[in-house]
Amino acid sequence: MSTIKSLDELKKIREQSLKKMELRTVGAEKDSIKILIGMATCGIAAGARDTLSGILDEIDKQNLDNVYVVQVGCMGYCYAEPVVQVNMPGKEPIVYGNIDAKKGREIINKHIQKGELLEDLIISKSFHRV
Amino acid sequence: MSKYRSHILVCVGTGCQSQESNDLIEQLKHELKSRGYEEEIQVVKTGCFGFCEKGPIIKILPEDVFYIEVKPSDAKEIVEEHIVKGRRVERLLYEEPNIQKRLEEQHDIPFYKKQIRIALRNCGLINPEDIREYIAVDGYLALGKALTEMKQEEVIKLVKDSGLRGRGGGGFSTGYKWELTYNNKNDLKFIICNADEGDPGAFMDRSILEGDPHSVLEAMAIGAYAIGAEKGYVYIRAEYPLAIHRLKIAIEQARKYGFLGEGVFGTKFNFDIELKYGAGAFVCGEETALLNSIEGGRGEPNAKPPFPAESGLWNRPTCVNNVETFANVPPILLNGPEWFNKIGTEKSRGTKVFALAGKVNNVGLIEVPMGIKMREVIFDIGGGIRDGKKFKAVQTGGPSGGCIPEELLDTAIDFESLKEIGSMMGSGGMIVMDEDDCMVNIAKFYLEFTEEESCGKCTPCRIGNRRLHEILIKITEGKGTKEDLEDLKRLGEMIKISSLCGLGQSSPNPVLSTLKYFYNEYEQHVFNKHCPAGVCTALKKYEIMSDNCKGCTLCKKVCPVECIEGNTKEAHKIDPEKCIKCGACFEACKFNAIAK
Ligand SMILES: Cc1cc2nc3c(=O)[nH]c(=O)nc-3n(C[C@H](O)[C@H](O)[C@H](O)COP(=O)(O)O)c2cc1C
Ligand code: SF4
Ligand code: SF4
Ligand code: SF4
Ligand code: FES
Ligand code: FES
Repeated sequence: MSTIKSLDELKKIREQSLKKMELRTVGAEKDSIKILIGMATCGIAAGARDTLSGILDEIDKQNLDNVYVVQVGCMGYCYAEPVVQVNMPGKEPIVYGNIDAKKGREIINKHIQKGELLEDLIISKSFHRV
Repeated sequence: MSKYRSHILVCVGTGCQSQESNDLIEQLKHELKSRGYEEEIQVVKTGCFGFCEKGPIIKILPEDVFYIEVKPSDAKEIVEEHIVKGRRVERLLYEEPNIQKRLEEQHDIPFYKKQIRIALRNCGLINPEDIREYIAVDGYLALGKALTEMKQEEVIKLVKDSGLRGRGGGGFSTGYKWELTYNNKNDLKFIICNADEGDPGAFMDRSILEGDPHSVLEAMAIGAYAIGAEKGYVYIRAEYPLAIHRLKIAIEQARKYGFLGEGVFGTKFNFDIELKYGAGAFVCGEETALLNSIEGGRGEPNAKPPFPAESGLWNRPTCVNNVETFANVPPILLNGPEWFNKIGTEKSRGTKVFALAGKVNNVGLIEVPMGIKMREVIFDIGGGIRDGKKFKAVQTGGPSGGCIPEELLDTAIDFESLKEIGSMMGSGGMIVMDEDDCMVNIAKFYLEFTEEESCGKCTPCRIGNRRLHEILIKITEGKGTKEDLEDLKRLGEMIKISSLCGLGQSSPNPVLSTLKYFYNEYEQHVFNKHCPAGVCTALKKYEIMSDNCKGCTLCKKVCPVECIEGNTKEAHKIDPEKCIKCGACFEACKFNAIAK
């Protein structure tokens, strides 16, 4: 490669490199949004990995840098797997059931982006054991 | 997918590497790959987390889970449980000794709670061997800003306004030093990074160079621009192979990206950096000795003035700064002096990195705001004294700092306060001592070190420290007199004012401070021939307390010189004439019947 000759060129490389680094700091920040995906045996069996990939891909496409995804163990809703929980800062956690990759993308686009809950898919609103 | 979902940060600092963290990385990668996760999960090598004692350390982001003492054989479980199933591996979490609860997240751990990381900001966050990661966290932005948007004077003024002071021990204003060097006109000037770090037990600078080498290179380039230098040297001890390795990689990369070399950032500024290796003499860290050593001469200090800023390397104006000082510079340029001014105290701005060691629960590398109380560092961050013992003293400032007693623990940590109580900031050693440490013996230990390390150029230091050491030996052997105590004080003060360089000027500190705060221990040694901590072998006296003795005969059996007498079920007795003070009986007795 040729050397960097201006601040703008540096900033360009910075943007490119940031992608790879993203998420390293969001977890420690208070205002970031956390998405939990149940990935215990039954969740995986029910296709949670697809859901996860869909959600991650959508986050990436929409360029959201304050959202991070965590796999969690058994959430106690085996009947509704794959289960996805959304924790918005300062709000009650929302738990959605039977989420495939497509519905996962919907959660990102509606709930996260616009603040609209996907009422039909909610299985619990008062989930305190976070 | 262009973005990783999760990052596994594995420490590859010297501490963790020596405990197989490289193997661990291989195992983690292997486990991830065999499950098809290599595209989603990134395994990153990072610098020291400061918690080396509990190493190897890994941290999983974004959820901020911190695992300690991770072995290569744990890789499988971590991947299977944490990554695949999203469950914490309980047994690898850090357990807080005071509350006996396992803590998941790094920011919950008391060790990290009171810390502010400026110099160590990227250690444990980025891969030190990847310049793009450094760039991602605003690396080289400060250099670009300085070169393209600021005049030399503006850079100097900004650093001056920030109040940054040298972290190598002297505490001299960095901006002012840059200004002095800038003002001395010359066609050739030098900037030097002092990475000699000779204090035994200190590893602040090493960790910065290992964990974030680019921050030092960037700052050197900024400094070089400000003072008008085209050539820089990093003077680093040869015993730091990993730091040297990372520095070499970083210099190569910086050249490739054009941050070093000709026409940096498309300007007329040319600058390059070379490594110079020190052989490891403590005095070579002193700046004039360091310059002599780079020139190929003997590593002996010169009288100042002239200061290096006037006539340094090959008699050219030279600016010498410490590694940690440099590491502070880029964030100061980016965030402004006001930001830096808000951290720390009026006269000591910002933070200081310390290598916390000795008898505390959490040994490690910490960065705290100036002005924090010694007590907070030892009891909150350090987690208190090991094994529930009693605190006795804390020694700051490296081998020639002073020992600070319990009653002064609320002293704020800053350049002036520490000096006032007979110690000093130094470069950041902090050693905690407990009731089992004998302060006379400690003073003797440090004097032995400085006597060895004295370059011998001037008499007060060469002969004076030897005399101090001899007197201390005499006292610990039970042969000390009242006059010796007076001599220690008089001689110590004399050496301080008459030595040529900082080594001699501070070497009596351990003696003078212990005389001041622990005089009673000296008196016990001299007048009662007794070592209260039971450390000085010659003064130990083993005695059986007949009231407690059950006559179990165990001590008699272990005594190597057969000097214990007594019949079964009767009180035993030690013959003090024959006893060699090996302590075997003391260890053996199950009834606490033997006193020392
Ligand atoms: C005996 C002795 C040893 C020293 N060792 C070091 C050292 O290892 N590293 C260091 O940066 N400064 C050391 N110094 C301080 C240097 O002389 C010098 O003040 C410092 O490198 C300047 O950088 P700063 O202004 O950034 O602190 C030592 C001083 C003395 C007297
Ligand atoms: S004070 Fe000691 S180390 Fe310094 S120049 Fe004199 S003899 Fe050498
Ligand atoms: S071991 Fe202790 S109790 Fe037993 S004989 Fe010796 S001093 Fe007495
Ligand atoms: S200290 Fe050693 S030599 Fe002395 S009495 Fe005990 S065991 Fe024997
Ligand atoms: S294993 Fe899926 S909810 Fe329990
Ligand atoms: S070397 Fe790994 S935490 Fe310090």
